[in-house]
Amino acid sequence: MDWDYGVAREDAAGARLKPAYSPFVDGRFVGGGDPLTVHNPATGEPLTEVATAGAADVEQAIAAARRAQADWGTSPARRARRLFRFADVVAGRASEMALLEALDAGRPVRRARDDVSAVAAHLRSAAGWADKLEYAGLGPAPLPVGVVGVLVTGALPAVVRAVAPALACGNVVVLVPDPDAPLGALVLAEAGAEAGLPEGVLNVLPAGVLSGDVDAVAVTGPPAFCRDAARLAPGRPFHRRATGGLVQVVHDDAPLDQAVDGIVEALEGDQRVLVAESVADELVELLRERLARLRVGDPLDHNTDLGPLASPQQRDRAVALAAAADDEGARRWTGPAPLPERGWFLAPTVFTDVAPTMRIAREELAGPLLPVLTFRTPAEAVATAGAPRAAAVWTDKGSRALWTAQRLRAGVTWVNAVGRWDPAVPAAALADHLVF
Amino acid sequence: MGGITRLPTVTATVPRTEIRAGVAGLADVGRDDRSLRRFLHGLPPVDEAGLELRSAELARRRVAGSAELQALDLAVSMVDLTTLEGADTAGRVRALCAQARRPDPANLEVPPVAAVCVYPDLAGVAAEALRGTPVQIAAVATAFPSGRASLPVKLADTALALDGGATEIDMVIDRGAWLSGRYGHVYDEIVAVREFIDGRAHLKVILETGELPGYDDVRRAAWLALLAGADVVKTSTGKTSPAATLPVVQVLLQAVRDWYRATGERRGVKAAGGIRRAPDAVRHLVAVREVAGPEWLTPALFRFGASSLLDDLLRRRRGVA
Repeated sequence: MDWDYGVAREDAAGARLKPAYSPFVDGRFVGGGDPLTVHNPATGEPLTEVATAGAADVEQAIAAARRAQADWGTSPARRARRLFRFADVVAGRASEMALLEALDAGRPVRRARDDVSAVAAHLRSAAGWADKLEYAGLGPAPLPVGVVGVLVTGALPAVVRAVAPALACGNVVVLVPDPDAPLGALVLAEAGAEAGLPEGVLNVLPAGVLSGDVDAVAVTGPPAFCRDAARLAPGRPFHRRATGGLVQVVHDDAPLDQAVDGIVEALEGDQRVLVAESVADELVELLRERLARLRVGDPLDHNTDLGPLASPQQRDRAVALAAAADDEGARRWTGPAPLPERGWFLAPTVFTDVAPTMRIAREELAGPLLPVLTFRTPAEAVATAGAPRAAAVWTDKGSRALWTAQRLRAGVTWVNAVGRWDPAVPAAALADHLVF
Repeated sequence: MGGITRLPTVTATVPRTEIRAGVAGLADVGRDDRSLRRFLHGLPPVDEAGLELRSAELARRRVAGSAELQALDLAVSMVDLTTLEGADTAGRVRALCAQARRPDPANLEVPPVAAVCVYPDLAGVAAEALRGTPVQIAAVATAFPSGRASLPVKLADTALALDGGATEIDMVIDRGAWLSGRYGHVYDEIVAVREFIDGRAHLKVILETGELPGYDDVRRAAWLALLAGADVVKTSTGKTSPAATLPVVQVLLQAVRDWYRATGERRGVKAAGGIRRAPDAVRHLVAVREVAGPEWLTPALFRFGASSLLDDLLRRRRGVA
């Protein structure tokens, strides 16, 4: 029977979108410089404007942060209280912040809601550490680093995974948000102020260029982004958390249905699937069937599974990579669901017959592009995976899960799951990590 | 009691028949215990955490407005309206049949339910009351709900139901045999009942998933029933708890989907017991649509076994319409 759910569209007014945003410095929104137009990726239309942070704003923010740090860094109990409040305020504004992410980043609102819950959870977890740092294994009376510059591309949870521990440890933050979706971070700072974070503790500088005057830099984003950011503050402690580069290793004894769910769950990110040749056909068949039923469209619709890409540049890049894959001899399958006429959408696309040398298998991916590579032995899978930044291992056998996880040497590895960030587990990359 | 006289002689070994046409490669699986075990334990495993996570996701779909109205009517048309009490009487069954034919006398747009489900001795009463209507007569048989009886008794039970006019037989599997690893025994009994029915009724096989140790066993039991020729795999008797849960139903839907991919033949699923509220039923429809496929959204391929669900569906329907 032809029964569908219909549209369950949330009211965009709930996002409380303002006609203009500006840098958040020293506890308030300041004037800022040249406005940047923010587009709604689902329609391609202008959404609002964000004034960019000029050199003066950056300087002012760092100075304000430094003023705030002396007090913030020496009052752990108050820090804990404020951060718990921060989490509560975020939870209270969850639906507003989720809608804003849907409008700004094109994140389907259901997923955006999960993101905001994760933000609150991370803040709470970090808050719990604030007055217990002496017991955190950092030695007696650990001292904060000072002013931390945070650069992030990606959704709000990535922002808060960097910001929350820094704040909890008594540092103050100067944050440069994702250029494609800056609004969430600005509203996050506003929520922080509402929760009573002292002025200057959390500053947000859209399109800001950090000077060398910060004490440490924390970067979350694709490898190239991280490399560029490393030049910002030479000689400073540098914490890199490279994102993307997820490899899903599906062994021949994997719970296939759940592996398919996991692959679909991570569809929007940069991921590759490595599957044992003996179950590859089965996996791909199930995957296609599942992707064909995915609901692609309006991020404000509660029933949408896949939204648009965040920017036309990202979509163009994805289209170019897909064309390269065709050219290099990969086999392409495209989801049959019709795409909205406007906006920067891309249909879920699966590539098979992919060789590890092809561009689609090597370069950073954005959007629902899914290269599937096969392996003959677990050792071959590990060799093909290289050193992924994140990995998921799918197998029913404990020893095999451990064997694979140890050898993959990924920044984070899940077994029979993917993307399950536990706020209580510090997610440090294997290299270049710094404890705040 | 005419059925008893027509009973075939049942010996310890039941002759095995070929699986239905089109099941290439699977015909020989039921040959013996070892072959069944090899096949069933070769099925892909089910990861409990992932399965439950997906169920929780499916439950988050929002169905409102005309889509909800459509879903409620669809759910009504899939109900096996059930009474399985020791205190059942002919009068009670007749009342149930009246409700089955016309669930909401005040609103003729509400479709009739799929079937009335009763004990075998009351199948005749139900058949009489439902004559001339599209409502099917389902009877539980084979020593429901425990399944603890000899095969001749189970077949006699089935005969009673068929003689009364049952068009659907809901049989239980021998969970004791399953748990002690005697897959062949379970398989043989299903085959025996199917052969005894001989096309006179639809066969639903109750796995009583609440008594199976885990989701892997649910998947294996579903496959065993499909291999033995079940038209429908059904979660529970409704006499134990937990009965039908979204993760369990999801595993059954995966089984019939995989059966279809292997054979080109669509078999059904019945979620029985524990589904009492309309939103719960709608969640199951979402699972049917997304796990098995929209083709399964028909009373021929999906059923709810329930006694109180119908009232809540109608209550909700009045609120929506």
